[in-house]
Amino acid sequence: MLERKDLGGYIAAPDDDLIVCRCEEITKGEIRHAIHDGLFTLAEIRRFLRAGMGLCQGQTCGRLVKALLARELGVAPAAVEPATARSPVRPVEMRVLADNQERDDG
Amino acid sequence: MVKNAADVVIVGGGIMGCAAAYYLAKGGCSVIVLEKENAVGSGGSARNGGGVRQSGRDPRELPIAMRGIKNIWPTLAEELGVDVEYCQKGNLRLGKTAAHLDILAGLTRKAVDCGLNVKMISGDEARAINPYLSQAVLGASWCPTDGHANPLLATLAFYRRARQLGARFISGETVRAIRKNKGRARVVAAENGLYEGGTIIVAAGLGSRPLLNTVGLDVPLQPVLLETLVTEAAVEMFPQMLGTAAADFYGHQSARHGSFVFGIASGYEPFARAGFPVSSSGAAAAACRNILSYFPVLADLKIIRSWAGWIDDCADHVPVISFTDEVPGLIIACGFSGHGFGISPAVGKLLSEMVIDGQPALDLAALRYDRFGIK
Ligand SMILES: Cc1cc2nc3c(=O)[nH]c(=O)nc-3n(C[C@H](O)[C@H](O)[C@H](O)COP(=O)(O)OP(=O)(O)OC[C@H]3O[C@@H](n4cnc5c(N)ncnc54)[C@H](O)[C@@H]3O)c2cc1C
Repeated sequence: MLERKDLGGYIAAPDDDLIVCRCEEITKGEIRHAIHDGLFTLAEIRRFLRAGMGLCQGQTCGRLVKALLARELGVAPAAVEPATARSPVRPVEMRVLADNQERDDG
Repeated sequence: MVKNAADVVIVGGGIMGCAAAYYLAKGGCSVIVLEKENAVGSGGSARNGGGVRQSGRDPRELPIAMRGIKNIWPTLAEELGVDVEYCQKGNLRLGKTAAHLDILAGLTRKAVDCGLNVKMISGDEARAINPYLSQAVLGASWCPTDGHANPLLATLAFYRRARQLGARFISGETVRAIRKNKGRARVVAAENGLYEGGTIIVAAGLGSRPLLNTVGLDVPLQPVLLETLVTEAAVEMFPQMLGTAAADFYGHQSARHGSFVFGIASGYEPFARAGFPVSSSGAAAAACRNILSYFPVLADLKIIRSWAGWIDDCADHVPVISFTDEVPGLIIACGFSGHGFGISPAVGKLLSEMVIDGQPALDLAALRYDRFGIK
């Protein structure tokens, strides 16, 4: 159970400009702000900022975002529920996905 | 006041619950929102295709859609302080056969009777609006005031603003039963405690039915599985919301981001596990095939993510937004049947009016809970 209390005032960090999610160009400051705005789960941060929702699907920034969230909430990273992994594992062209029917090539 | 008491207790932290919480908090009510999942907006609200449509709607819910599109959506981003990626550049509902055009003409006639600006156009007129459409399109219905928005952002934007205004949100808290006191709905019993509300709003999607059963009420909801695909971001191509008479796909390109969001009915209900919705490779393939038949130009665009979502399909495919005679103090808002996102801000407003003014500003008699009985 998670009571969504206030985390206290936002304290700017000198490296808030650092880009954490490279695919969607989301900075550390944007992620920290979102957490202070009440987005207390990785799923919510993804939905709100698209961090980890770009071409690499969070393979690069997933751990970083998790660590940021754990730190702001004051919990261990292992206590943070992981975000859902979704298919496809690699980006796939629509023409390839569309082509899953058997056909007679003669 | 005891610790877990508020003017209003809302069951369900989807966009309906979050929007109602926002308008109620703004209206001066104390609010508690209880959400079963750990993350807010894990149900249909964060899984939908983002259509903000009036066209194609049942006349019983069309006035709600029209009110939202006229009065709420255009300024919602400003009001909530979050760009919800709203884009009001029209809806094209596409047809490829004469039978399709008949379906579209029927829908269009009904909507025009309700005062909506929607009309039938030819294939070439449709291609003048959207030059990427293939020659297979014979005609379309065109509603210039429809559009789309980002449902993940909109849900969390309502949540964020409601919370800022003092609404209390508790997630990971499943409500098991509604309890009456002196004949009125008064308390909800949740996994971790009791919560007392002057009014209790049940906006729990499919979860609403078993909850309402605890006070002897029933709403005929059935689970239907839909699937969604998202592409990589592309250059801006077209701003319209798209649907088809064949219902073989729907979608749009996200405003100011560039990714396409496409949806399709799954059809895998008989084989799906209950609970957490899982996407199938079959539906994604079918969706891509269908989309490419209308938009061959998208063939090389990459799908980066897919998911599924259950909808709370009501027996007559329109929602229940209603007080009940048997249980005063209770408000039902469920059964949005796969098209609740577009009307969600207006529904949130109506729910707040039902609590604060004792009645909604629109006549919702056609959406009552007791309309399903044998006549
Ligand atoms: C794939 C898909 C595509 C869609 N496309 C569109 C579209 O293009 N346009 C459109 O207008 N609509 C669309 N919809 C429909 C739209 O998403 C829904 O109608 C809308 O989100 C309903 O919001 P809600 O808040 O009622 O439901 P939900 O978002 O499902 O919220 C209900 C919440 O209640 C919680 N809950 C359930 N039981 C309990 C309990 N016992 N205790 C506590 N909490 C509980 C759930 O966890 C859930 O978070 C689509 C839906 C899906 C699934």
